[in-house]
Amino acid sequence: MIQSSLLAYIGLSAILFAIGFIGVLLRRNAIVIFMSLELMLIASTLALVAFSKFNGTMDGDVFVFFILTVAAAEVAVGLAIVVALFRQKQTIQVSELDSLKH
Amino acid sequence: MEAAIMVNLMFTVFALVTVIGAIGAVLSRNTVNAAMCLLVCLGGVAGLFVELDAFLLAFLLILVYAGAVVALFLFIIMLLDVKGSLGGINRNFSTVASLAAVALIIAGVAAFLRNAVLPTPNPASVLSVGDTLKSYAELLFTTYLLPVEVVGFLLLSAMLGVIALSRKST
Repeated sequence: MIQSSLLAYIGLSAILFAIGFIGVLLRRNAIVIFMSLELMLIASTLALVAFSKFNGTMDGDVFVFFILTVAAAEVAVGLAIVVALFRQKQTIQVSELDSLKH
Repeated sequence: MEAAIMVNLMFTVFALVTVIGAIGAVLSRNTVNAAMCLLVCLGGVAGLFVELDAFLLAFLLILVYAGAVVALFLFIIMLLDVKGSLGGINRNFSTVASLAAVALIIAGVAAFLRNAVLPTPNPASVLSVGDTLKSYAELLFTTYLLPVEVVGFLLLSAMLGVIALSRKST
């Protein structure tokens, strides 16, 4: 059993962030890359809420509000871009979306 | 004493659910399964928020992420009908690079946690400040009024951007 201290929450947040980071770098499916980005955002919110709780302030909790809003806007725009890309190229594999390279 | 044991037990359970869900979301080959694993991970994080006395944020996380974001992901996955087998893993230089980067992240945070001077009170004894709606409202409408306006503008521009992007190009 793990002691639920601030250190444990920060460690868990770092692990979540690292998992999301692996996903962004390893996967080739644009939608899965997006999900990994969301995972990294959630890891940061977990750290903010934990700091906020253990320091007895509200500011971290309010920041999470803004992170949630920005994440929602980001997902809407990002998925619209994915749909537009799929219409043009019939694929969402990032290894095949390399027109800027050549 | 009983309460402390319970808190630690709940933390362990939610942390395991979160990490397992996250690993599943990142590594599963089927995109729909990945979205479902992300849902499980979000449930775990919401539980952790409840344990941190941020009840409103836990509710909002479920409402916004599980209700809107993951539903949007599933909608797009099914709309595009991408073959799951194509969503493989990049096996080349970037594998090595990403593993090295992750090792650096973990090592950095571990070094920070070992030497940091952090407040480590017993979670049960900390006075909870984030459990009332009123405390959020006070901060949002005084200290963070300008960011609230900016975020509202951001949502409007994101909506317009999505409409412009998803229009058929002529």
